[in-house]
Amino acid sequence: MAETNKIGKDIEIKKKNRLKEFLESEFFFNYKRNIPAIIGTIIIIIFLLMATIGPLLVTQNPYNLSEIQLMDAYKPPAWVDGGEWKFPLGTDSQGRDILSSVVYGSRISLFIGLTGMLLSSFIGTVLGLAAGYFGGKIDSFIMRIADIQLSFPATLIALFIMSIAGRGIDNLLIALTLVGWVIYARTVRGATLSEKKKEYVEAGKVIGLPSRKIITKHILPNVMTSMIVIATIQVGTFILTEATLSFLGVGVPVTRPSLGLLVKNGFDVLFSGLWWASTFPGLFIMLLVFGINMLGDFLRDELNPRLK
Amino acid sequence: MVEKLLEVKDLKTYFHTFKGIVKAVDGVSFKLNKGEILGIVGESGGGKSVTGFSILKLIDDPGKIENGEILFNGENLVNKSEKEMKKIRGSKISMIFQDPMTSLNPLYTIQQQIGEVLKIHTNMNAEQRKQRCINLLDDVGIPQPEARLKSYPHQFSGGMRQRAIIAAALAAEPELIIADEPTTALDVTIQAQILRLMKKLVKEKNTSLLLITHDLAVVAEMVDRAIVLYCGQVMETGKIDDLIHQPIHPYTYGLLNSIPRLNDQKKRLSQIEGMVPNMFELPKGCNYAPRCDYCQERCLKEEPKIREIYEGHRVSCHYPLSREGSHE
Amino acid sequence: MFKYITKRLYQMILVLFVVSIIVFFVMSFTGDPVLMMVTPDATQAQIDRARTELGLDKPLITQYFIFVKNILRGDFGKSYVFKQSAIKLIIERMPATLELVFVSVLLSIIVAIPLGVFAGAFPNKRSSKTIMLGSLLGISLPNFWVGMMLIFVFAVHFRVMPSSGRGEVVNFLGMRISIFTADGFKHIILPAVMLSIQSLAILLRLTRAGMMEVMKQDYIKFARSKGVLQNSLLFQHALKNALIPVITVFGIQIGKIIAFATVTETIFSWPGMGKLLIDSINRSDRPVMVAYLMIVAFIFVLLNFIVDIVYTSIDPRIDLR
Repeated sequence: MAETNKIGKDIEIKKKNRLKEFLESEFFFNYKRNIPAIIGTIIIIIFLLMATIGPLLVTQNPYNLSEIQLMDAYKPPAWVDGGEWKFPLGTDSQGRDILSSVVYGSRISLFIGLTGMLLSSFIGTVLGLAAGYFGGKIDSFIMRIADIQLSFPATLIALFIMSIAGRGIDNLLIALTLVGWVIYARTVRGATLSEKKKEYVEAGKVIGLPSRKIITKHILPNVMTSMIVIATIQVGTFILTEATLSFLGVGVPVTRPSLGLLVKNGFDVLFSGLWWASTFPGLFIMLLVFGINMLGDFLRDELNPRLK
Repeated sequence: MVEKLLEVKDLKTYFHTFKGIVKAVDGVSFKLNKGEILGIVGESGGGKSVTGFSILKLIDDPGKIENGEILFNGENLVNKSEKEMKKIRGSKISMIFQDPMTSLNPLYTIQQQIGEVLKIHTNMNAEQRKQRCINLLDDVGIPQPEARLKSYPHQFSGGMRQRAIIAAALAAEPELIIADEPTTALDVTIQAQILRLMKKLVKEKNTSLLLITHDLAVVAEMVDRAIVLYCGQVMETGKIDDLIHQPIHPYTYGLLNSIPRLNDQKKRLSQIEGMVPNMFELPKGCNYAPRCDYCQERCLKEEPKIREIYEGHRVSCHYPLSREGSHE
Repeated sequence: MFKYITKRLYQMILVLFVVSIIVFFVMSFTGDPVLMMVTPDATQAQIDRARTELGLDKPLITQYFIFVKNILRGDFGKSYVFKQSAIKLIIERMPATLELVFVSVLLSIIVAIPLGVFAGAFPNKRSSKTIMLGSLLGISLPNFWVGMMLIFVFAVHFRVMPSSGRGEVVNFLGMRISIFTADGFKHIILPAVMLSIQSLAILLRLTRAGMMEVMKQDYIKFARSKGVLQNSLLFQHALKNALIPVITVFGIQIGKIIAFATVTETIFSWPGMGKLLIDSINRSDRPVMVAYLMIVAFIFVLLNFIVDIVYTSIDPRIDLR
């Protein structure tokens, strides 16, 4: 009993030390002084809260038709003449509360951005490891595809895929993964190749360790910092790509409006002076992506300045 | 009568970094006469290069010249504006860098890079500049100079590049050339050629040369006088013959003993124990004390002041070595 | 040099070949084009006849070779909607797009390079940090939204700029160009601003990164020790070196602008090939989509090729012989 207590304490001390080490590191020192990075973190936290508990706080579920009344349509934001505080950011042409729509929309945008990033990083890592580890034909096949793909803008490839596959969140995730894997694959492949040459892999082989195990065990920690930077920035890029596709009418379905689709819906009524229906969703996209990029930019400068 | 060209007085150049202040140059003083070759010697990290760059005021953030005077022809460079310094750089004082592989701009031809100095600092027209470039390349021993004008740096070998750099440094006939480890990056066989060339050109034109090097052997052949720097401070200064044959400071003695000698076969090459101290936490007393064979209690507490031992020979040590090379 | 160019040309053809395979097979596996062509009440016999006419009853491989053969003859089929040659529709609209892209690229270069040089040369200045934050905002902006805001502010609210269309066009070298007329110039400003923001920000960041890297180099310090003046130090010695990595990604940047022109053209009703693509997607007008993709792929490959040649000719260290 005492023994386990001691071990528990040891672990606790270790944890504390690690936290202390982190708080005293140059990384954290620079973070504390980097105002954009802090603002970015705050924005991201706010959006994550909005996506998780936001729906409980807002007045309306914009998908529930029974909560929407047409007579509330075209209400301007609360601080403008004719606005009410019931609809702080106004309503759209259907009488939907813009703030509620934005909260639900952020949820979808964030979900797509994060899931797309996770899928891309997973598939990209696997393919990169395969290319670097097996080499030869597999390597040149994967990398040739990556090269060709990189000479075309990602948005255009995604647009092409979506125009054939049709609207839908699942299709969007597929499209984003298909354009997003390349950067991970390249990073991981490069690291695998340089690691393969190192002596300890050879040494491991001599004593009979499967080099596959050595490589995965050593490479992944090595490329982790680069991956974190890439992944952070990619979430922002994906949110923008999704928004663009949805704006063009090939993104999310109308029943699950993301921020991008909300902007598009607002576009149709912009010329009749209903500016708030498109302004606020767009502003939220900008804030979210700006927040992610401010943090990502700091991470890149600190962790891996060589990445562009 | 010798004429004084440069006088550095109590120069302090500090770097303000995340971890604290690095006193790269900490109270360095020296004089340089016209036509004289002065060596600045010391281990890497001793503040030699920073001293050189300070004279041209090419110190970048987070570095800063904190204190001191740099009198060049009687004018204090420390007080000069950037605009005034630009007129001095290249025309009155020029510089030769350590690594010829990286000192030339890869995208410009040799002619462009030498001619640029003439373009900025003289009134020559294009034809005159071209002719001067040819003459300069010829002076520094580049064969077929005319054919080489349009070459790019990558088409030159390291030694050739350093010759081209010397040509650029000489182009506007400066009064002072600062050479920062000019041969360290070159092959041993080429080192001697380049040094001989530099000495010849400098003496011909009565130009002064400040030769920065970690290599006492280089200094011995080249210079008239030398100063020994350690951790940003002057340890010893004097005529080169005195320094080589009768070093007074234990550090100079240590440096000399770590040079391999062909005629000396019996002894193992000695070295100075330990490493250059962490620049953030310099020792309290003499900076060299922790590595000094002759360290006494006083050395650990009190910082020694530089003093003249005899005419022209100054040292910063509480217990200088006697003239015979043993301790007092 | 000749050998290098032939090698690159061979690579170009290979890429286009791969793209044609992907486009063809992806298109073949999704939806039945015959159903798009016949009237809803067509009989089975009519459908079969249409299928034979289109060659869709043949094996896929044969169809692919017919597809390639037709492409090489410049025949991408007829638009289902316009009942016209798809390639002709795109070529007709290409000048409008290229004009918009050209102005945007020019705008980004003119703004991004000086700002990038400044921010890279003096990274610690407050103004540099502001520029960098601004460029970060630039890449964070949903650009369709920026277009809409521009329309709302300048066209709807202040009514100083036109909100859509291309304005008056004149003939120039056989193309219909609008920028040379006052009206056309007015029409292109907003879309060009919208389209240039993102690439401007990216170009600025790349230039700055390149400058920061170059400013650390010995040859910059050597140039300074020669007394080189500030402007020539930054814009000649440093910028030329800093631009080499920038140029390598410039092709893909222009490609991005062409891709995003689809969005801009949709918002500003700019009669270019991008708007045609979006309209065709919404109407499932497959031949036009295929034609657009193949042409744009060709443009991209060509751009990358040109960029490579420019890059190799700027850097004397690359010897192609």
